[in-house]
Amino acid sequence: MLEIINLHASIDDQPILRGIDLAVNAGEVHAVMGPNGSGKSTLAQVLAGRDSYTVTAGEVRYCGRNLLELSPEERAREGIFLAFQYPVEIPGVANIYLLKAAINARRKHRGEAELDAMDFLALVKDKLKFMGMDEALLYRHVNQGFSGGEKKRNEILQMALLEPRLAILDETDSGLDIDALKVVAAGVEAMRSPARAIILVTHYQRLLDYVVPDRVHVLSQGRIVRSGGPELALELERRGYGWIDAGEAERVGAAP
Amino acid sequence: MNALVADRFVADFERVKALLPGAYVPWLQLAREEAFTAFLDKGFPTLRDEDWKYTSVAPIEKSRFVLTPAAAKSCNDLGGVGTQALPGARLLVFIDGRHAPELSRLGALPAGVTVDSLAAMLEREPERLQAALACPAAGYASGFAALNAAFVSDGAYVHLAAGAELEEPLQLLFLATAANLATHSRNVVVAGAGSRVRIVEQHASLNAGAYFSNVVTDIEAGRGAAVEHHKLQQEGPQAFHIAAVNAALGGDASFASSSFAFGGALARTAINVGLNGAKAQCSLDGLTMTDGRQHVDHHTRIDHAQPQCSSREFYKGVLDGASRTVFNGKVIVRAGAQQSDALQTNRNLLLSDQAEADTKPQLEIWADDVKCGHGATVGQLDPDQIFYLRARGVDAAAARALLVFAFANEVVERIRWLPLRARLERLLRARLPHGAGALQ
Repeated sequence: MLEIINLHASIDDQPILRGIDLAVNAGEVHAVMGPNGSGKSTLAQVLAGRDSYTVTAGEVRYCGRNLLELSPEERAREGIFLAFQYPVEIPGVANIYLLKAAINARRKHRGEAELDAMDFLALVKDKLKFMGMDEALLYRHVNQGFSGGEKKRNEILQMALLEPRLAILDETDSGLDIDALKVVAAGVEAMRSPARAIILVTHYQRLLDYVVPDRVHVLSQGRIVRSGGPELALELERRGYGWIDAGEAERVGAAP
Repeated sequence: MNALVADRFVADFERVKALLPGAYVPWLQLAREEAFTAFLDKGFPTLRDEDWKYTSVAPIEKSRFVLTPAAAKSCNDLGGVGTQALPGARLLVFIDGRHAPELSRLGALPAGVTVDSLAAMLEREPERLQAALACPAAGYASGFAALNAAFVSDGAYVHLAAGAELEEPLQLLFLATAANLATHSRNVVVAGAGSRVRIVEQHASLNAGAYFSNVVTDIEAGRGAAVEHHKLQQEGPQAFHIAAVNAALGGDASFASSSFAFGGALARTAINVGLNGAKAQCSLDGLTMTDGRQHVDHHTRIDHAQPQCSSREFYKGVLDGASRTVFNGKVIVRAGAQQSDALQTNRNLLLSDQAEADTKPQLEIWADDVKCGHGATVGQLDPDQIFYLRARGVDAAAARALLVFAFANEVVERIRWLPLRARLERLLRARLPHGAGALQ
């Protein structure tokens, strides 16, 4: 579904991604881990189309298409969903309005009829219940005055409504207490499907106790330096990231 | 003022003074003469006047406007009125500054409520207007105010006896239909103790080209009275609009004002509130939306003259093109006006590199036990918000339109009368960049 080949990206001429290679198939859950500053969030944002990053080399194929040619909104309508690390507050825009606009943009793109208010409300209430969210959150302004946990749940709610083909969760677990983490994890686990790929970007192994990934990749200094099964995450939890960085430094140092 | 311009105004005044309403009322004659002398003395404001330093009115001074004709032209079939009338409101229509009874729809008024045109009142009971039309003790605030007093031709007279209530809102609709006209309108609102009234003052144009609308609205709210005043300025793109809203509040009175300024080439609304009795309160909201080369100002002045009064100001501006706006908000707390509570907010959104917003809060505090705050911002659309919306499938143009709408709608949402709120939402959508197809 997603194939990233030698991806380089920079911000303000500062290289962040320095040759990412990664393939994710439908039905798989991949965890992308790494220390702060390794480029995890940049990778997530570049895949969603954030224009403050410049792709300087490489390519990204998504369902057979050149992803980098698409605008962020086209990517969203084609089924890519980014759960933001820091969900943005939008004063003056009701949450329900955003949810409805997002769903209908996707439906219109697929040539489906837009949902009317009744159908939409029925759908959204169902998902709200599953996420343990108060209906009042629908009528509040997008993320404004939401607690950290409410913001993250709101992201998962949007994901559940939009049913993406490729979901990228950028540190959705950070800042959550254990109960909120369980709810979010259950939300992600429920999205697992043979037709869907999920990329979990995370600093800690904690979330992976509840959503066991098929593959784990470790990012360091803008490259994937280790890939393995779920056991790699446990090893990181035990040994920290120091050994990865040290190994990377050796490898770079030894290069001719 | 340049001598040629002055000569022109002198000739105009001599020519029309006998034709203006109430011309035979001695005290009014005298007041007009005094006002005209004050105008000649003050002249038009210049950039050297502190209150006008961002705003050149030279285009008004240079234009040769014709004064309002003595009577409204026949306009039974005027298409604009129907579309402007707010559902459920009592309507008083003025065409080119003159009352048009055949287009107005006041209905039967409850006991204790008088609503009529100023000109009709000057015919019938001129003495009821003597206090309002006499030269103010403090003199005229500007040459425009003096000019208005000298040439005032019509406007609305609204009087509520103590305890009276006008349940349906009163819409004062001023429509400009002719180019090159100067109109000097005056609205006089006297709300007796404990009375309640809600007024919408709307200025719009039916393809009138360049004209000059100089309007003064005086509001007196007695003890415990509740007055709402909502001003919609939708003048034509080449129009000049200079307006003042002067509200004097007694103890426990409340005044809720909103001012929506969308039109005009050069437009300015000054809102002056005197909190003259203890525990009076006012809230002043405003929204300016400009484009092209428009220049639109709001000047507010709130005078906390007595203790325990509160004032709230919430003004926003959305600027596109090479437009320019000024928000000047002055709050005075007099010595002895203890426990005054004043808060002023002004936020501006620049949609273009060429637009310029000047914001100037001025707090003058002479009492020590007060709570006064102010905040002003000038910014652009937040790229994080745009990206968030786009990442949810909303296209870039619709995302921008949605964010502008959300920004401006914060002012509209504060309107409590729903038909007016709905009208404003519609006006707002119509002004959004790139239309707003995505906003149903």
